[in-house]
Amino acid sequence: MREMTYSEAIRETLCEEMRRDPSVFLMGEDVGTFNGVWGVSAGMKDEFGPERVLDTPISEIAIIGAGLGAAMMGMRPVVEIMFGDFLMCAGDQLVNQVAKARYMSGGLADVPLTIRVATGAPGSAAAQHSQSPESWFMNIPGLKIVVPASAADAKGLLRTAIRGRDPVLFMEHKMLYATQGPVPEGDDFMVPFGQASILREGSDVTLIAIGGMAPKAMESADQLSRQGIDTEVIDPRTLVPLDKETMITSVAKTGRVVIAHEAHKRSGPGAEIAAMLAEEAVEFLDGPIMRVAARNAPIPYSPELESYLLPGVDEMVQAVRTLMGR
Amino acid sequence: MSSKSTATKPTTDLSAYPAELLLELFRRMVLIREFELRAIEERRRGLIPGFIHSCVGQEATAAGACLALGPGDVITSTHRGHGHLIAKGGDPKRMMAELAARSPGYNLGKGGSLHMSDFELGILGANGVVAGGIPIAVGAGLAFKMRGESRLALAFFGDGAVNEGAFHEAANLAGLWKLPVIFFCENNLYGEGTPQSQQAAVADLSIRAEGYGFPGVIVDGNDVLAVYEAVRSAVGAAHAGEGPTFIEAKTYRQRGHYEGDPMVYRTAEEMEKWMARDPIPAFRKRLIESSDMDEGTLEETVGSVMEVLDEAVEFAAASPLADPATALEGVYAETHDGLVF
Repeated sequence: MREMTYSEAIRETLCEEMRRDPSVFLMGEDVGTFNGVWGVSAGMKDEFGPERVLDTPISEIAIIGAGLGAAMMGMRPVVEIMFGDFLMCAGDQLVNQVAKARYMSGGLADVPLTIRVATGAPGSAAAQHSQSPESWFMNIPGLKIVVPASAADAKGLLRTAIRGRDPVLFMEHKMLYATQGPVPEGDDFMVPFGQASILREGSDVTLIAIGGMAPKAMESADQLSRQGIDTEVIDPRTLVPLDKETMITSVAKTGRVVIAHEAHKRSGPGAEIAAMLAEEAVEFLDGPIMRVAARNAPIPYSPELESYLLPGVDEMVQAVRTLMGR
Repeated sequence: MSSKSTATKPTTDLSAYPAELLLELFRRMVLIREFELRAIEERRRGLIPGFIHSCVGQEATAAGACLALGPGDVITSTHRGHGHLIAKGGDPKRMMAELAARSPGYNLGKGGSLHMSDFELGILGANGVVAGGIPIAVGAGLAFKMRGESRLALAFFGDGAVNEGAFHEAANLAGLWKLPVIFFCENNLYGEGTPQSQQAAVADLSIRAEGYGFPGVIVDGNDVLAVYEAVRSAVGAAHAGEGPTFIEAKTYRQRGHYEGDPMVYRTAEEMEKWMARDPIPAFRKRLIESSDMDEGTLEETVGSVMEVLDEAVEFAAASPLADPATALEGVYAETHDGLVF
């Protein structure tokens, strides 16, 4: 299978969907002439013109609100919010308008709106450009939350988002943009929401890794394997909806679970997954549900402090070893 | 580009207007007024469980604006939205049923007063958040422009909304992209319980349009024909590709911010002054004095409105309450093989 980067996979999907469906368009800060601040939409303005690749003012409320209005009128907007941290600028539109439009209208409003967001810590970007905001929005019924960890999933999940009828927060981890992986060809390759991916089968412990933590979890599993610990790595791929079944089945097999994410530990996505497992799978557990996550402080600028704060391969290995009594 | 604030002249000559239009403006104003009074009454009697922010006194803005729109045009509304919905053609039966939390209500009892909508009529929803609907209207205008459709979006909002960030971001985008959007500000002098003079340093909010590159006009919001003309002119500009217009309609909320508001923030003198400028008797007087309309026709119209409202209340009261089994339905369009969210 051909290889491409996560970023190229997103770009290719955007282009394919825009060629296929005239109601799809891309709107955001610097997505046109600048090619997107992450380079994802490189060349798209040349192909589709400024009418379908719209450079907006720095106005997150207007970007998400106008995306909602256009979606209600039958368009399929893909809007880009440059940094996940900036979603809060558009808090009302996202939380009170976009998420609730269908429900409040008794089903009259269709909101096929994809909100692409760059998330996670790219290194020394400090407190306002590094956050992983998944769980801020997991508490809001009406949004779907997608966290692709590979190029292929970025492609397949983005297509599902664009062709769907619900608002989707599509969270692209900045450190994954340049990662490469095999990506299926064809206009119809889609990854359904609510289906976790078992990245590696194992029998001793389940390691659930979200977004940017997924490739690091694979590294951890390799190290653990050399120490005689057989780790099953699961990437949930979507947090809303959440594929509980795959996780519970795995925990039933291994009896041990570690949940890893780059978001802060307190009330992060792992808290929801841990609570779900405590409610529905406690009888399979041979030890505590463990979380590996960012320590509860704003993300610092200093590489030394940041590295201390953020979780990585070593923290996952250590958590698994603790759980295994090693 | 002329972006100077200009006050529109009061309309005096009614002969230029078709009798049907004049009567319909009157009928919708009366329907809005009486709907509000019935809703307030039915809330007291227990049929309606939630808050009501009535638009009594602001009927001319809703009716004048919506009758100047085409059937394909859309509106976004506010927390004080019943009048906008009725003016855009909303069905009083389904509205009353929604207020009464009944299953045949417009939004299955899930929206209520603050979120009522009818997408077939182009009513994209009342809104519980001040200025919340304005960016949505801009997005609708963007969709129309992208598809080359001769349609436009009108955002209703109050004087309080122009101090919200959402207004400014939406106005900037609409002005920049010359979108077919009308910014319709009902300046009723109060943002909840605080006078507009204590919320903004300028008395005429329409001048804010200048900062976004489109014209702002002031109109007597209690003169239904003046409102109608201002919106017609803005519709013409939007269709000509000239982009948005900001219309500031100076009006007055005769009742409290919500039903039960003690209204400690305004004087009896001020209220009396504005009651004397009630838009409905004023228009009625003009119809009698300056058109061929007679008292009998107007009385008949009022009578027919009362019948419509009797039927609406009966319909609501006789309809089944929203079923709790439906509470989890419609959060998403697609539930991915029944996955729990």
